[in-house]
Amino acid sequence: MTREEVFENLNEVFQDVFDDDEITVNEQTTANDIEDWDSLEHINLVVAVEQKFGIKFNMGEVNTMKNVGEMVDIILSRK
Amino acid sequence: MKELEYPFDASYILSKKKKIKKVLLEEKNNFIEKKIAILGGSTTSNIKLILELFLLNYGIKPCFYESEYNQYYEDAVFPNKELEEFVPDIIYVYTTNRNITNYPVMSDDEDSIDKLLKQEIEKFTNIWTILTEKYACPIIQNNFEMPFYRIMGNKDASDIHGKVNFVSRLNMEFYKYAQTHKDFYICDINWISADYGLKEWSDPFYYHMYKYALNVNAIPYLSFNVANIIKSIFGKNKKGFVLDLDNTLWGGVIGDDGVDNIILGPEESEGQVYSEFQRYIKEHKQIGVILNVNSKNDYENAISGLKHPDSELFVDDFISIKANWDPKDKNFSDIANELNLLPESLVFIDDNPAERHIVTEQLKDVSAPEIGEVQNYIQNIDRNGYFEVTTLSKDDMKRNEMYKENAKRAQLQASFSNYGEYLKSLEMKGIIKSFESIYIARIAQLTNKSNQFNLTTKRYTPSAIEASMNDDNYITLYGKLIDKFGDNGVVSVVIGHVIDDICHIDLWIMSCRVLKRDMEFAMMDTLVHRCQNYGIKQIKGYYYPTAKNNMVRQFYALQGFNKIFEDEKGNTEWIYNIPEEYKNKNKFIIVEE
Repeated sequence: MTREEVFENLNEVFQDVFDDDEITVNEQTTANDIEDWDSLEHINLVVAVEQKFGIKFNMGEVNTMKNVGEMVDIILSRK
Repeated sequence: MKELEYPFDASYILSKKKKIKKVLLEEKNNFIEKKIAILGGSTTSNIKLILELFLLNYGIKPCFYESEYNQYYEDAVFPNKELEEFVPDIIYVYTTNRNITNYPVMSDDEDSIDKLLKQEIEKFTNIWTILTEKYACPIIQNNFEMPFYRIMGNKDASDIHGKVNFVSRLNMEFYKYAQTHKDFYICDINWISADYGLKEWSDPFYYHMYKYALNVNAIPYLSFNVANIIKSIFGKNKKGFVLDLDNTLWGGVIGDDGVDNIILGPEESEGQVYSEFQRYIKEHKQIGVILNVNSKNDYENAISGLKHPDSELFVDDFISIKANWDPKDKNFSDIANELNLLPESLVFIDDNPAERHIVTEQLKDVSAPEIGEVQNYIQNIDRNGYFEVTTLSKDDMKRNEMYKENAKRAQLQASFSNYGEYLKSLEMKGIIKSFESIYIARIAQLTNKSNQFNLTTKRYTPSAIEASMNDDNYITLYGKLIDKFGDNGVVSVVIGHVIDDICHIDLWIMSCRVLKRDMEFAMMDTLVHRCQNYGIKQIKGYYYPTAKNNMVRQFYALQGFNKIFEDEKGNTEWIYNIPEEYKNKNKFIIVEE
């Protein structure tokens, strides 16, 4: 899977979780950029991303991920 | 909505929950609104959001109170203005083994472990007692799931120091409370977590990351169970099965293969599975679920299958058997009509997806689960919680007999040309009295189940029934009807409250299975007698239309009331002036008051 493909899939996940078809994410996107992205939705996002890519994040990763780019790094390292 | 029936895709529900909610709100109408307080011992946010979806799917629109993180105890026990103003209809105490304060240690002796157990139980009984006193509404309480590790291994189960042993004893104490208190229901997360897989369910990742005491992916299974308890409390259970025969109750096609060649019975494995499924279906009769057949077959062939020597189900186990070549949706609605039930209260079991499709397309809100392969039938039906039991009255257990008796009455009726003669021949006796404790459960259940013969569609919990029973300002009546074929049990309920010499009828309901038997007139007679004893001069009736109660739109006119009010929605109000010389309206039932 290429980095672009991961982003395409991630956009779908974000659109579902935040129920907004307009959302597109990039390397620098953080919780500050998406209005409903609070700590409770973060859980849903993590679970949905895990489901989509068939991976599991570990605790350290969930705690230290700074932006979507770092999330993509982790996903690619598992694939 | 198919996506919210078992077997469902939990990750789909989790990720699309916002979209699902929108669709449900658009597609459905006639919601009943309920206020639900969730008192949590860990994070409950998603539990609430997913519970909302399942409830909307059941026609219940919830509004939530959610306690702050792990404030279940404080919210319940200490003064709580917000919750008091919320006035919950249901309280769900979501606690798990993460909320157990102290476990035994190996050096504890038996007495101190007993004491520990007692302390833990007292914490919870204190919560339940205060909630009941303050809010007088049903409480749903989780039991405890098993611990996710066992330091003694298998001995953890039997040794009093073991966590497994301690949790099991706590659960037993919870059940004792449930057995002796009404309006108190256990949400069995011990079973649900075992069914899901305890290892996955209690993955500590979710607790330490997000303070969820269960795997987030398991939440739809939990919320579904809670929704099932709630819809059962509010009378939205299903009432019966409509079953296909070929490849559903036995293997093979009886018309082609002949009765000797259908697959059923102990001789080989596939036959055993069908036998087990038949036993599963038959067990439902004990909780009042009624069984019917809807099969594309010649009638004689269908009956011969039920007379197969290895059949667990007999012709007599069914109320209505439709075996013909009509479309299945037609048979299905005919069965519902015969039973005086709405189609949506029956579950359609058929191995053929095309038949399931035509029935669910033609008849709104009928459930027809995807039952899969024969060895999965039980699992796929059972986990849907169609018949979730919250109260089980004596009448429930006898329901099949009652429908059988009704069939006999129908036969008798056909032999009379004059309906009055028929009613006389039934030799009916009525018992119409003020509420009594032994009938509280049945009365509450009737108020929640009756949709058609129901003037105001007001729902009552057992506690509310008890309160009206004990209040002098209320006139309460229950009516039982007995005839030569059997006892119909409590079939009608009237609740009125008295203000200034006027009796306002809050509720008037009757079970449709005693329609056209003069019971509604017998109830009116006793109501009038009761009012006369109180010195009441007027009775005021109210009718609020719903999608289902059109049959009683003119009920008060029939009873001699005058309409005094009608609004644009069709809500009406009626007055009856009690005459000096009241003449009884019922002519066929001998009533004991």
